[in-house]
Amino acid sequence: MKHLLSTADLTRDEALHILDTAQEMAKTQEREVRKLPTLRGKTVVNLFFEDSTRTRISFEVAAKRLSADVINFSAKGSSVSKGESLKDTALTLEAMGSDGIVIRHSASGAAERLATSGWIQGSVVNAGDGTHQHPTQALLDAFTIRRHLGERSDSTGLDGLTVTLVGDILHSRVARSNIHLLTTLGASVVLVAPPTLLPIGVETWPVRVAHTLDEALDAFDIDALMMLRIQLERMSGGGAAFFPSPAEYSRLLGLDAARLARLPSHAIIMHPGPMNRGLEISAEAADSPRSVIVEQVSNGVAVRMAVLYLLLAGEAEL
Amino acid sequence: MTKPIVITGVSLYGEEAADIVIAKGEIASLSAADAPSGAVIVDGSGLVALPGLVDPHTHLREPGREDAETIETGSRSAAAGGYVAVHAMANTTPVADTAGVVEQVWRRGREVGLVDVFPLGAVTVGLKGERLAELGAMAQSDAHVRMFSDDGMCVSDPVLMRRALEYVKTFDGIIAQHAQDPRLTEGSQMHEGAVSASLGLAGWPAVAEESIIARDILLAEHVGSRIHVLHLSTARSVDIVRWGKSRGVKVTAEATPHHILLTDESARGYDARFKVNPPLRPESDVEAVRAGLVDGTIDVIGTDHAPHPDEDKDGEWAASAFGMIGLETSLGVVQKTLVDTGRLTWRDVARLMSEAPARLCQFEGHGRPLAVGEPANITLVDPKRAWVVDPRGTASRSHNSPFGGIEMPGTVVGTILRGAVTHAHPAFGGLGK
Ligand SMILES: [Zn+2]
Repeated sequence: MKHLLSTADLTRDEALHILDTAQEMAKTQEREVRKLPTLRGKTVVNLFFEDSTRTRISFEVAAKRLSADVINFSAKGSSVSKGESLKDTALTLEAMGSDGIVIRHSASGAAERLATSGWIQGSVVNAGDGTHQHPTQALLDAFTIRRHLGERSDSTGLDGLTVTLVGDILHSRVARSNIHLLTTLGASVVLVAPPTLLPIGVETWPVRVAHTLDEALDAFDIDALMMLRIQLERMSGGGAAFFPSPAEYSRLLGLDAARLARLPSHAIIMHPGPMNRGLEISAEAADSPRSVIVEQVSNGVAVRMAVLYLLLAGEAEL
Repeated sequence: MTKPIVITGVSLYGEEAADIVIAKGEIASLSAADAPSGAVIVDGSGLVALPGLVDPHTHLREPGREDAETIETGSRSAAAGGYVAVHAMANTTPVADTAGVVEQVWRRGREVGLVDVFPLGAVTVGLKGERLAELGAMAQSDAHVRMFSDDGMCVSDPVLMRRALEYVKTFDGIIAQHAQDPRLTEGSQMHEGAVSASLGLAGWPAVAEESIIARDILLAEHVGSRIHVLHLSTARSVDIVRWGKSRGVKVTAEATPHHILLTDESARGYDARFKVNPPLRPESDVEAVRAGLVDGTIDVIGTDHAPHPDEDKDGEWAASAFGMIGLETSLGVVQKTLVDTGRLTWRDVARLMSEAPARLCQFEGHGRPLAVGEPANITLVDPKRAWVVDPRGTASRSHNSPFGGIEMPGTVVGTILRGAVTHAHPAFGGLGK
């Protein structure tokens, strides 16, 4: 594996290898000295064309715990807004010398262009590209699901589990990444969204679809429920809105106390953050014992450590 | 004075062989026995002669974007592709919405002299879709504009479109529509379907094209005007045009080479050379467009040659420009997809790429028969000389061809405009300077 651009590129064995490695990484994080010497002398660039403090910090912590040198390169204003072009930025970073570039960009495909245009030699990790992919988010989600529900699966993957994603599938890179990875790992995926927030072409995806959360709770045995963040601007602002109002969104798709109570007792609740409490998820649900939302964050560090290690360390030992 | 030329044993329209004797800018005879003394003799055996190709849809970028293309480089590229006349779209800077700009383009085309450059005029001032440009002034200018289009932008206001359709009847003009509902395509990046869903690129729904075509056909019927549909790209667009024709509406339609060869699958990889408007569509649409060319629903093939400098094409998909060059690959694509597959004859190609465009665009002296006394506007094709497209090996100033690496089955070996050789393939020694 040279780059991590999309979960669609991962075989089941590769995905499991990343998850197993992340498990090793997580164990090291329980030690007194959490820093590993593995990537000493390597340089990781966090190239963020789009603000995301959480994701950047998660990658930064992961790289530093592996002893890599970290450079944060915040390229405000992508070439979409006539800033420095992706190509010039890439050539600059290449000239400075970098072993791995973690890129977040508002344009779908930016990570793939960076990796395949011949501008750079090093590895590329996609930390979110437009509405396309966010593979480390999906890996940390799978890691979290496996941790909590692994014994319910009839394999080392997620076979037999049903994972339900609720919200704006159309614009969600988290959803796209999860659908590929969960399917590869054997889980069955349910999408819950109004038709306006599902892409044309969803019928070609390996998923089942419901339009309201109640409908999904009626029809499917849900093991993990992933609430996606809803962008308020998509529900207002005139004729092109995807949804009539935030209140209606909550009514049809929000996870409130009543719906929380209808979930099977073993089911876990997830959210990629940041949450809109009271909109897609109620405080009861977010703070309930079934919520693994805070744990997702710490698992994110372990998964990103695993990814950076596998891409950059070569055959070095843990 | 250009020397007389005799091309011996060339197959006219891919049919019977004849000799073409060219003198004083005309086809003087179809028998080498009539060759004037001093004529250059060229062996035409194995070649197909077509009436010189006419492109109804070219973006030459001058004035304003001479970094992408000039009238000179675009003309050279056109000649290399077998064209003797091109219709230059109005979306330049400044926009070709006044007599002054269209005359400037027309004059510069004549100075270069490699192809006849006929400018279209914009329908609305600045392509803004707000008020009609002075269409009459452009029609009466030296450029003699007969076709008007806001191409690149859609004349989406139905009232404005109606007025334009009616108004141009004054001088037998025609409106050519870039059919794209702007509201349905805000931020759109590629065809909306399974591929856009997986790539996370905002979809350009087929209905944004089809709804405008349907509306315009109904408007044209209502006011009794002609309407020309540019670069239609979907199966239902073909159906709607077919329906309009069956009602007797004076509707004509164009298809581009890229829409009959490439599909939306090309967008995988996010290489913006495949970003174009209207977007590349799925195979079922591509096949319907081919079928529309075969059954006559679609009248003309236009390149929509749209040059862009590298820096407008090598970034992220969303930040890159729409459009692809195509003047030098159009005949190859048509031969590959429609002639070599047995669906069209070279006679059909002559109709779709020369005769019908010349008639539609009212280019005098073009699209004429290969017959004695006619202007010597001729395209010579070696249908067996295959070549692989190298985007850098073009006469265009830009290199944004989507066909790089694709083998074209035949080669344009010579282009002749009123008896003058405007392009000669190196292998075609006799015509070379
Ligand atoms: Zn157009």
